[in-house]
Amino acid sequence: MEHFNMALVDWSRAQFALTALYHWLFVPLTLGTSFILAIMETIYVKTGKEIWKRITKFWMTLFAINFAIGVATGIILEFEFGTNWSNYSWFVGDIFGAPLAIEGIMAFFMESTFFAVMFFGWNKVSKGFHLTSTWLVAIGSNLSALWILVANAWMQNPVGMHFNPETARNEMVDFWAILFSPTAVNKFLHTISSAYVLSAIFVLGVSAWFLLKKRNEALAKRSMIVAGTFGLIMSIFMVTTGDESARQIFNVQPMKFASMEGLYHGESNAALTAVGFFTKVPKPEDPDANDWGPKIKIPGMLSYLATLDPKAYVPGINDMINGNKAHNIISYYDRIKMGKLAIAALKEFQLAKKAKNDSKAAAALKTFEANYKYFGYGYYDDPHKLIPDVPLTFYSFHIMVGLGTLFIFIFLFAVIYGVKGKLTQKRWLLYVALWAIPFAYLAQEAGWMVAEFGRQPWVVQDYMPTLSAVSNIDQTSVIITFFLFAVVFTVLLIAEVKIMLNQIKQLKDGGQQ
Amino acid sequence: MTKLIKKVFYFYYDGFRNMTVGKRLWVIVLIKLFIIFVIFKLFFFHDFLKTNFKTDQQRSDYVIEQLTK
Repeated sequence: MEHFNMALVDWSRAQFALTALYHWLFVPLTLGTSFILAIMETIYVKTGKEIWKRITKFWMTLFAINFAIGVATGIILEFEFGTNWSNYSWFVGDIFGAPLAIEGIMAFFMESTFFAVMFFGWNKVSKGFHLTSTWLVAIGSNLSALWILVANAWMQNPVGMHFNPETARNEMVDFWAILFSPTAVNKFLHTISSAYVLSAIFVLGVSAWFLLKKRNEALAKRSMIVAGTFGLIMSIFMVTTGDESARQIFNVQPMKFASMEGLYHGESNAALTAVGFFTKVPKPEDPDANDWGPKIKIPGMLSYLATLDPKAYVPGINDMINGNKAHNIISYYDRIKMGKLAIAALKEFQLAKKAKNDSKAAAALKTFEANYKYFGYGYYDDPHKLIPDVPLTFYSFHIMVGLGTLFIFIFLFAVIYGVKGKLTQKRWLLYVALWAIPFAYLAQEAGWMVAEFGRQPWVVQDYMPTLSAVSNIDQTSVIITFFLFAVVFTVLLIAEVKIMLNQIKQLKDGGQQ
Repeated sequence: MTKLIKKVFYFYYDGFRNMTVGKRLWVIVLIKLFIIFVIFKLFFFHDFLKTNFKTDQQRSDYVIEQLTK
């Protein structure tokens, strides 16, 4: 590990995290609002009531602002792959390239055609064609997200590939295994459903503001019912997909799962910590029960979440570090040994190939293939370095789950009082809905942090840690671009919020009650 | 064919002209794209392996060396 420039690794990680976190401020609103628009426009086409056209056009303007400001912010991540993460880019080969290429082509065609009809086509194309375009924008943007998430899921659970030791690239052998891996399916469904929830909260919150100000009440009440219903259905779906995702994580990333719960010692009938606080950061080799403040625990729930059996054994961080024979867990100490064997064998294979010593190359290849499963562990000497930031993962996970649960109740009340026509009387609900907007973004970012910080140090689970993925470039340039990104993205975010607020404030009263 | 091209052109032309929040948005979008594709890409984000090596063989040799040193 000593030959790696850890400051460069940390700055590269910080830069990527900053870019991804900012990019993810724009994306979910696009994914979810596109469907809300499609639903609103469908109501307009079905009922023929002009108020629904006005409602659709208003939200479409906010959608357009978010889309215009956010578009292409993700391309920076691709720049970073080639510049800062070149070892990684080479290592993942066509597996990462193929989904990103499909995403690029799909996004280009969707944006240049149906987006234009959706924004410019009012009164120029038929109602049916316009509605179809709006639905296609919604479906297209979500399909576009699919490919990015498939690529990300492969990093969390690499399947359907074969590593070519001659080129140091992973080659795709089963496209369908990559596309339909349980991790990819759950990641896609959980991510888009959470994006729908954020969008529903956004529509709900802005509408609540109108009602609090006693403006545009017809638009606001109708919008709240649509957003509340959409949000309620999607938040329940989100819980289902989150539940399934947790089981996937337990199976393929047990260290992340244990970190999400701050579980150091494995146990049967493991309790889920509903609420808990670390009083100090626990040392993995010497975890102390006193490191925890007061906790609210649900007995057996963690075991159930992981395996659907409330009595099942859930391994803790120490089980993975030290191994647990009774539960067939290979220790990280042993994995490190096997990883080192794989790295040495790959080097030997290369030397033997160059020396045209086929028998030595074949022997090295055999050793390499037998140990490749733990290749990435070989870069470490101390297994404790393979533990993610536990408090960060724990808090992110609990913030995400806690807020997700709260949103269900907000949607439920919005639907109940919306249908009863009592929204304006429930001012507490309007305030809660309005203030839920920043928390919906917080939940999104927390979700990203669980997924990405929780899997550290891996960029490709078990095969490539971040330290071997970075390019050997000048650290100063990474630091400069980190701060440039911070400035540019912050300016973009401020611009988006200001333009949106102006549009919301400027919306003139109109339409029937 | 010419008629169709004209129709499509005016569809976009009128659309852009009649945008209400469009002008400020377009300025932001254009500045952003300039920063991303000109400043960032040209000055900071060269493809490391493509810039420093000529062939795929050289690139894979380099990556293997990095992964096994």
